[in-house]
Amino acid sequence: MIVFQQIDQVFVTAKHYAVELAPIEWQSIISVLLSIIPILAVFPLLFAITTILERKGLGRIQNRYGPNRVGPYGALQPVADGLKTLFKESVQPRAAEKVLFFLAPVILVIPALLAYSVIPYGRNMVPLEMDAALLFFFAVGAGTELAVFMAGWASRNKYSLLGAMRAIAQMLSYEIPLILSAVPVVMLSGTLSPTGIVAAQDNYTATIAHWNLFKPWGFAGFILFLIAASAESNRSPFDLPEGESEIIAGYYIEYSGFKFALFFLGEYLGLFAICGLGITLFLGGYTAPFSFLNWIPSWLWFFGKLFALICFFIWVRGTMPRVRMDQLMNFAWKFMLPMALINILAAAAWRFVPMPGFRWIVSALIVVSGYLLLGQGLTHKAHYIKRTYKFAT
Amino acid sequence: MPASFYILALFTIMSAFCAMSLRNLVHCALCLALAFLGIAGLFLYLNAGFVAFAQILVYVGAVAILIVFAILLTRNAEKNEAKATSSLFFSIPLTVAIAAILLNAGFSTSLRSSATAATAPSVRELGTLLMTSYVVPLEIIGVLLTVALLGAIVLALPERPEAT
Repeated sequence: MIVFQQIDQVFVTAKHYAVELAPIEWQSIISVLLSIIPILAVFPLLFAITTILERKGLGRIQNRYGPNRVGPYGALQPVADGLKTLFKESVQPRAAEKVLFFLAPVILVIPALLAYSVIPYGRNMVPLEMDAALLFFFAVGAGTELAVFMAGWASRNKYSLLGAMRAIAQMLSYEIPLILSAVPVVMLSGTLSPTGIVAAQDNYTATIAHWNLFKPWGFAGFILFLIAASAESNRSPFDLPEGESEIIAGYYIEYSGFKFALFFLGEYLGLFAICGLGITLFLGGYTAPFSFLNWIPSWLWFFGKLFALICFFIWVRGTMPRVRMDQLMNFAWKFMLPMALINILAAAAWRFVPMPGFRWIVSALIVVSGYLLLGQGLTHKAHYIKRTYKFAT
Repeated sequence: MPASFYILALFTIMSAFCAMSLRNLVHCALCLALAFLGIAGLFLYLNAGFVAFAQILVYVGAVAILIVFAILLTRNAEKNEAKATSSLFFSIPLTVAIAAILLNAGFSTSLRSSATAATAPSVRELGTLLMTSYVVPLEIIGVLLTVALLGAIVLALPERPEAT
């Protein structure tokens, strides 16, 4: 078992060893760098892998091949794409606001990278241990909205401004259910620190882990979180901000060359970060689902779960049609928000009902009845009227 | 006071100044967001991480965006016709009065010496205090925000014809 523990901690011991090699006054800087550089190396690489995986996966879903020319099975396509964006001319509209136009893609990528600093990737593998880390995660996400607005407004293009407005309205609306769906986890773990939240799920009864997903409020919370996360990262079925058939590419329509690649990168980095947060909050972080699988290293569990979530999002993108703007807003405010509040009630019931078996029933009852009543209330009085079009026949 | 404080203060004041003096309203709003960020940095400098992140989440994430939205939706932002009607007769006494009040409050506070908080209160302590000693103000703020929210919804509702 000692061998497995050593494999589990191999990165931590390697970092300690490397830090101790350095002279004493350099040690703190080297330690910080050794936490930052892996993040900067791993996640853009994961982005490259995800682009080829997504194009291949979507191709498979849509009954076509996907990229298959560059390298074996098209595996070198990300390299070709990267080179292409590097060599492409970066065109800037004459009317654009020069400074804001330049700053927007940079400001989009920085918050996404900052968010990685508080996610625990494995046992003892969190770059920045902080008391209010969860709040930090949501706070840095706020920069994304400003970046999107800057991109949309500075381009001086109607489509990009429309796309930015759509994106911001959507992000603001879905940020509330996103945060509220994380609240039950914080309530029952009693901490805002991701390591504490993971540690609270790191117990086993009869070989099954205490993941929050396996509890009624956690199950509902995870589904709410996933929906809000896909809206927050502008992914299908919530990809209205870049609805190609209506506003071409949304807020980054005027961007070309590497600035466009930065937008692409920022979007995917945001998706990975929010998936990492979902894993930490609901899927037990780096812990194994069954106690007999504990010998597999913790970091492998984290990245395995991340990979599974990415595949899930690709699957959703290939399957679901895009929603309409009013449907999007109605869904956020009339279903997601009340459901997240009901879920907090269910978590409170879980906390205060004394008997372990009974609290399961009470909590599940609150979640299910809330879901059914909300669904009833939304569909019962819906009167469908014939749509009239102003600009079309 | 270490250099970091002065850098943060200068950053905040400069961006607040830009927010006042720039001609384009959208630029002003973005500078205001920068000023909010600087204030969050000052909170971090004072070891108040929770307040700093809440400041970013609420002010940079929501308030600044709402201001930008309001500018874009209510007026033609492309024309820089921001002509502030400034009258020195009113503005100088007003500025002096507000500055006097703020300076007086700043110098007479009993919290002056706690510029470098020795022990940062944890989030747990903050939560316990909010739920015990300060539960009444918290509830009142909650009720107030709910009332404001309902008022906004009522204002935004489309007016229905009387006959139905």
